[in-house]
Amino acid sequence: MTGSQRRVVVVSAGLSEPSSTRLLADRLAAATVADLHARGVAASAETVELRPLAHAVVDAMLTGFATGELADVLDRLYAADAIVISTPLFTTTYSGLLKSFLDVLDRDALSGVPVLLGATGGTARHSLALEYSLRPLLTYLRADVVPTSVFAATDDWAAGEGDDGGGLAGRIARAGRELAERVAARGPAAVHDPFASVADFEDLLPGG
Amino acid sequence: MQFGIFSVGDVTPDPRTGAVPGDTARVRAMLTIARHADEAGLDVFATGEHHNPPFVPSSPTTMLGYLAGVTKNIVLSTATTLITTNDPVRLAEEYAMLQVISDGRTDLMLGRGNTGPVYPWFGQDIRQGIPLAVENYALLRRLWTEDVVDWEGKFRTPLQGFTSTPRPLDGVPPFVWHGSIRSPEIAEQAAYYGDGFFHNNIFWPLHHTRQMVRFYRQRYEHHGHGPADTAIVGLGGQVFMRKDSQKAWDEFRPYFDNAPVYGHGPSMEDFTRETPLTVGSPQQVIDRYAAMREDVGDYQRQLFLMDHAGLPLKTVLEQIDLLAGEVVPVLRREAEAARPAHVPAGPPSHAERVAAHRDATASASDTADTADTAGTTAGSLA
Repeated sequence: MTGSQRRVVVVSAGLSEPSSTRLLADRLAAATVADLHARGVAASAETVELRPLAHAVVDAMLTGFATGELADVLDRLYAADAIVISTPLFTTTYSGLLKSFLDVLDRDALSGVPVLLGATGGTARHSLALEYSLRPLLTYLRADVVPTSVFAATDDWAAGEGDDGGGLAGRIARAGRELAERVAARGPAAVHDPFASVADFEDLLPGG
Repeated sequence: MQFGIFSVGDVTPDPRTGAVPGDTARVRAMLTIARHADEAGLDVFATGEHHNPPFVPSSPTTMLGYLAGVTKNIVLSTATTLITTNDPVRLAEEYAMLQVISDGRTDLMLGRGNTGPVYPWFGQDIRQGIPLAVENYALLRRLWTEDVVDWEGKFRTPLQGFTSTPRPLDGVPPFVWHGSIRSPEIAEQAAYYGDGFFHNNIFWPLHHTRQMVRFYRQRYEHHGHGPADTAIVGLGGQVFMRKDSQKAWDEFRPYFDNAPVYGHGPSMEDFTRETPLTVGSPQQVIDRYAAMREDVGDYQRQLFLMDHAGLPLKTVLEQIDLLAGEVVPVLRREAEAARPAHVPAGPPSHAERVAAHRDATASASDTADTADTAGTTAGSLA
């Protein structure tokens, strides 16, 4: 293992307990960490469940600032080398709780950060929901979203790999590899400091 | 150290009675509150400037001009004056007029304003918020310090041979604060000019306040105005007091639960823990606010929000009495005892600024024959 330990923060937006969304999150995280280890990069993952933070997220939307456990979670997220987001699909799109959570982040906090997307849903009819809903949102935040996102329908949990490797396990492995590649190619995450980017006032004046 | 109150002038139903004051009653309540604060011995009354309901104070210098005539000692200020949507020519004229009328009991706090629709009402565009604030303030300073101004910029018609009248009192403009809740750029602007920085932290946790004030202090020193601990800092505050702290909690809770901004959100328990809101006895308010200096250093102005969320006028006046009678004398004594001698006790008064201006002018003329006087501190108003 070389270099400093890379940290993968996993955000799981499932509401039930136990949750298939959490199960998917754990498998995506494990695939990423395993692939980093195979590349000789030290890495670990920690998972954040949004459900216990739901009230704090709403408070932060109303007051404009995060407190307590949510504030700690945001600090860890801002310092992450990579982020895995796993959400259930509700009425065709990612959960409202996840959207509210993303709404309270500092706008520049995810800029350039490698992100892997996962979602769970009832049937394969929602397979592209991540592509038309969550991916554009992360693109807006200028996150570096890997090409493979993983949608797991109920059927997927029972299906085998088949002949072409297109089953759930194969997709998870590919997505984890893509995220690991981004992390390995990128230096350790810089400290997020909102005061670092303030221009000297001289430069704001005409002729400055 | 100065202690005072600031008002946003919100028209909010009283959640206990459902009563809603009309605009006229609310404006008159603000006048009564300001006069009462002066009589009670508070140092500052500051009014917001808003151009949309449910807020009434659209015309600060009209209100403050009246108050200048009916108050004796209190400093009349703003929280905030919109440097983006007001024409800097009008600001130069109106606040110089107020300064003359109040005989120097005037300062003002500039802010950008964050309500997008307000900008086009005054012919501006919120996307230009920061460039507007930068250009307008640079022009405002020139209009106050130079008798005849030739000027051309991006956002208003050029000026040729323009003189803003009345000229500032004794040739020295009012002291300026820059107010910001979350924009470090504004702290940087205040630091660049050596002006005051007011951080309205009433809805924010202390760790954020600490960062903003530290940043301003560092930049103040960087720009050559003196050591970081001599920078001029003001903070917001929010309290509700009764002698019996449980009574304070019971009485204030419906106002908290239904208040604009934070109502229907976090519990009062959470909010009082995380923000400067203090509900309880005068002693609890003293303990909380006396400790602020441990996080932000010795500071010069503390303003409290007292008339909001539908609190009845009678209650607000009682709160002012408690603040001025029981809290401020102790806080003032403690701040004075803790303050190192080289740190200013308050923002510079008009008399101090006149004296500083005289000294600067005298030393400039002493050296005029031998040195390039352009080397004086870039941002100094004096």
